[in-house]
Amino acid sequence: MENPIELNYKKYFPLLLENDIAYLDNAATSQRPDCVMQAENEFYTKYNANPLRGLYQLGIEATAHYEESRECVQKFIHAASSREIIFTKNASESINLVAYSYGLSHLHAGDEIVVSIMEHHSNLLPWQMVVKKIDATLRFLECEPDGTFSEEQFEAAFSSKTKLVAITHISNVLGRQNPIKEIVIRSKQSGAIVVLDAAQSIPHTPIDVQKLGVDFLVFSAHKMYGPMGLGVLYGREALLEEMPPFLSGGEMIQSVTREGAVYAELPHKFEAGTVNAAGAWGLQAAISFMQKIGYRTIEKREKILTARAMEGLQKLPFIQIQGSPNPEEHCGIISFLVDGVHSHDVSSILDADGVAVRSGHHCAQPLLQHLGVSSTTRASIAFYNTKADIDRFLESVKTIRRRMGYGE
Amino acid sequence: MANERSFYNEILIEHNLHPYHKYALDDAHLEHEGINPSCGDDIILQLKLNENDVITDGSFTGSGCAISQASADIMLDLVIGRPKEEALHLADLFLNMIQGKATEEDLEELEEAGALQDISHMPARVKCAVLGWHTLEEMLKNSENIREEHLQHCD
Repeated sequence: MENPIELNYKKYFPLLLENDIAYLDNAATSQRPDCVMQAENEFYTKYNANPLRGLYQLGIEATAHYEESRECVQKFIHAASSREIIFTKNASESINLVAYSYGLSHLHAGDEIVVSIMEHHSNLLPWQMVVKKIDATLRFLECEPDGTFSEEQFEAAFSSKTKLVAITHISNVLGRQNPIKEIVIRSKQSGAIVVLDAAQSIPHTPIDVQKLGVDFLVFSAHKMYGPMGLGVLYGREALLEEMPPFLSGGEMIQSVTREGAVYAELPHKFEAGTVNAAGAWGLQAAISFMQKIGYRTIEKREKILTARAMEGLQKLPFIQIQGSPNPEEHCGIISFLVDGVHSHDVSSILDADGVAVRSGHHCAQPLLQHLGVSSTTRASIAFYNTKADIDRFLESVKTIRRRMGYGE
Repeated sequence: MANERSFYNEILIEHNLHPYHKYALDDAHLEHEGINPSCGDDIILQLKLNENDVITDGSFTGSGCAISQASADIMLDLVIGRPKEEALHLADLFLNMIQGKATEEDLEELEEAGALQDISHMPARVKCAVLGWHTLEEMLKNSENIREEHLQHCD
């Protein structure tokens, strides 16, 4: 059998063939394989009409491809019905939809919303908005430095007033996968609904919304090899049915009079205006691509590469890795500090050596404050990265302190 | 792969490792905080001015990258001992330089601050280089009000 780590997956990604770069910023956005770009192009070349409107043959084709994309997403995350899949423009919009539509209509003064301290700002700010508007309370589920939650931390966050829990599946800073099943069980004790941010997890690990037992789940296409400008909201049908529309306008209605409107059925009630059908067709192609590669291969390669990177960093005395020391607990995300060197300078030096990493607060300022750091450098790995990418990264990291004037 | 090309030159590295003006002034007349929203870095700039609006001393504190730290340190070297108007003029020259519009004469006037000229080719780092200068500019342009406030507090 072929050794999975020796296979060249970069060949599917035109940008990686064109550019001599070690791209290690996959947690921000992945690269896109040729088949995804071709699918978007195919939609505009062969099926382009405004979906859900035109009654002519081309319009029917456009609708069919858009809805086929929806069914593809439904099967991929094991939703019970395609009516539970709403296309948005990104994960942030999906969370805002739940906050404005469900949050403002179903939560009341005195209710409590729990978010973890490691949320991306996009899964924090909408809930800050909700509690301000309805006079509810936001509770933080704190975490240990390695990203785990203790019994005391759970008890401090959850109460009988908890009515909604918004949490990330995998932290975009620490890389740890959160215990969602346990969190769902705790949430149900007070009848709270659970909103899961799967933006970081879906590129790395299979998602089954029914097994997880969450009520809402969001992700973006662009972190899972799909196009930018397309996000997904999964919601339990019963909840979506009773929620008011988030945005109003074209194609989300059944009938409109001078005074009002009867809204369209799910999922179109939540998809006002012309949709990103080519993007959806691109996401469908990205999902097929991922299914061909297989999560087993993706996970296996990412584990090997993460271990190689972390073991290399752990040999350097001036590096502090955030989160668990165990590479298995990182899902390809490694945030670290270099003694005496600011993360911006770290990333500028890596950039000069052809290595792309992220530096800063990673849109998770409360977590960084909690960890007591102001910024970190983050390398994030995808399955198409190679041992050579990791070695190039490590070689560059080794030289940073010397290049910043420290005598080593 | 011995390519170690980068814009971290000796002047920049020296000012970052051994900043001369990085401490808190006890009796500053002016104090202003500048924040780089893209990274959360902050700088607190403090100045002393005499009755003729000449900057007699200055310092900075806060956290930031080598570029923001070195740039603030070099800036203070340059503006201490100069009247407010000259400091504002230098800030103009510096901000011009970072936009790639400096002349030979400008660079001469900017002395060591000219070491940051290459940042004009690094759009991602421009905000770091100008953080101290922007803070100085904002502070001095509003200094009339701030000084009055300061005097009132002293009553």
